[in-house]
Amino acid sequence: MESAISPNMQQSRKSSFRKFLHKLNEQKYLQAMAIPGVIWMIIFNYIPMYGIIIAFKEYDITLGFNRSPWVGLANFKEFFADERFWLIIKNTVGISFFKLLVGFPLPILFAVLLNELVSVRFKRTVQTISYLPHFISWVVLGGILMNWLSETGLINIILTKLGILKQPIAFLAEPKYFWGITVVSEVWKELGWNAIIYLAAIAGIDPELYEAATVDGAGRFTKMFKITIPCISGTIAIMFILAVSGLMNSNFDQIFVLRNPLNADASDVIDIYVYRMGIEAFRFSYATAIGLFKSIIALMLLLTANTLTKKLTDKSLF
Amino acid sequence: MKIKSSVGDRVFNIVNVTLMIIICFLTLYPVWYIIVYSFNEGKDAMLGGIYFWPRKFTLDNYKTVFSNSDITTAFMVTVARTVITTTLHVFFTSMVAYAFLRKELMGRKIYMAMGTVTLFFGGGLIPYFLLIKSLGLYNTFWVYVIPGMFNFYNLIIFQAFFRELPIELEESAKIDGANDFVIFTRIILPLSTPVLATIALFVGVYNWNDYFMGVIFINNPKLQPIQTFLYKVIAQVTSNQMLAYAPGGIATRNVTSQSLKMATMVITTMPIVCVYPFLQKYFVKGLLIGAIKG
Repeated sequence: MESAISPNMQQSRKSSFRKFLHKLNEQKYLQAMAIPGVIWMIIFNYIPMYGIIIAFKEYDITLGFNRSPWVGLANFKEFFADERFWLIIKNTVGISFFKLLVGFPLPILFAVLLNELVSVRFKRTVQTISYLPHFISWVVLGGILMNWLSETGLINIILTKLGILKQPIAFLAEPKYFWGITVVSEVWKELGWNAIIYLAAIAGIDPELYEAATVDGAGRFTKMFKITIPCISGTIAIMFILAVSGLMNSNFDQIFVLRNPLNADASDVIDIYVYRMGIEAFRFSYATAIGLFKSIIALMLLLTANTLTKKLTDKSLF
Repeated sequence: MKIKSSVGDRVFNIVNVTLMIIICFLTLYPVWYIIVYSFNEGKDAMLGGIYFWPRKFTLDNYKTVFSNSDITTAFMVTVARTVITTTLHVFFTSMVAYAFLRKELMGRKIYMAMGTVTLFFGGGLIPYFLLIKSLGLYNTFWVYVIPGMFNFYNLIIFQAFFRELPIELEESAKIDGANDFVIFTRIILPLSTPVLATIALFVGVYNWNDYFMGVIFINNPKLQPIQTFLYKVIAQVTSNQMLAYAPGGIATRNVTSQSLKMATMVITTMPIVCVYPFLQKYFVKGLLIGAIKG
């Protein structure tokens, strides 16, 4: 092999290597600023990605990622045969689906209505107030919800006083209410925050469009539906792709706080199950396999949503 | 331009304003409720009927909470964690963002591609948990700081901002003999307050509100953040443990586990609620920079 390289090539290789060193020396400060970031990514992003191999192994703490024995697809097979498999899929997709169904259009509607407010001052006040819940932690919100939804809580008091309920209900102790609670509380928390992006998109619409429409005799609703909404459809498309790709994430922080053994049949979503199997039951390989299964579905959803939106609206993430 | 408002228009305005007022009420009320409850005598509050104003005003709940050393320690851990991690995150991530942006940087394309992958794919909870353990970060304060120093999504937001800065400034500084690090700290950073404030707010809120790291990576109560403390008190059915801390006996103080929870929630939430209106103009801008990049 050595002889295959002509002296000339060796020469040029040497000089290009020297050039490289020279360039490296020239940008040593720049590289010194960049490389710590690369190292951080290798450690905290790429080593865990590599660690996924334990999904195909029987992980043994004393042996580590590399030396633990291979078991092939056994962990996946076990998960698909798990008696809770369909329940978990149903909960994950179900909660996310209803969050998408309710939580996606409402911020758009809120932004459009907010934009129609005449008083600028009132508009800003409403905006500031609507962001507030975004800054409250799920722990605190979970605390409020547990208090309000308990048998002696505010919701039961109101509902019984209004005559809607005869007997108070411990809402968080019954699986059938769990999905509703997660959807409503998430909408409450993120409505204003999620509207920011649409508000900004609306603010960027050329006012001349509205003026021209007014001259043509368009009323308020015509302008809303024929100008405002079409003009922000690009933003809506992008946000939709992101929302769909998050379908397998049903908001861990929220569900982790609100779940309890009584509502487990409705609150066991993939992420919670990974936590229960991995962190609580120390079944590292099994939990990693479940997590990997989720990541693959999520990636497929992202690609599908991106392609579909591209076809339908000509807008896409990549 | 002035257009005569029709009847339909006025009806719409009234309906719209009413709707907005209802939304504001629904948003503020839960927060108001915990404040009111936290200032009411616990035993009295148990009787119900407290909606808009404390019936028997007292500071006992707060006195009890502040006299509990576990809560004050947790509060200090949260403050330290938030301040240190946010400062380091903003400095470190913006520095890497700036370096990654410079066209002459060798390996730039590879570095950026490496980061982009992390936006769409990760190792998941368990491999991450095992990594933290094997790095020896488990049960140390540093588990909040080092893994929280960098985030590629925030790097993109920084870059979008840096791109708009006039490049002549860098060039003239270079002629004056400044190296890249000096250019970054002396020229780029001072011009970037809006984006620094935005990211600081995002990272700050995350660190302030996060309870999960404290649940899985910490079992030393002295290192647990206040949200984790609160989580344990709230999520565990046996929440009376908080009362056990109450000095001077429960009977004399009229506090209940419920009223203590409310006071803790208020203390946990107030610092962030107090700062965010001031940073509002920044984060709206920052969110947009992020959105344009998609």
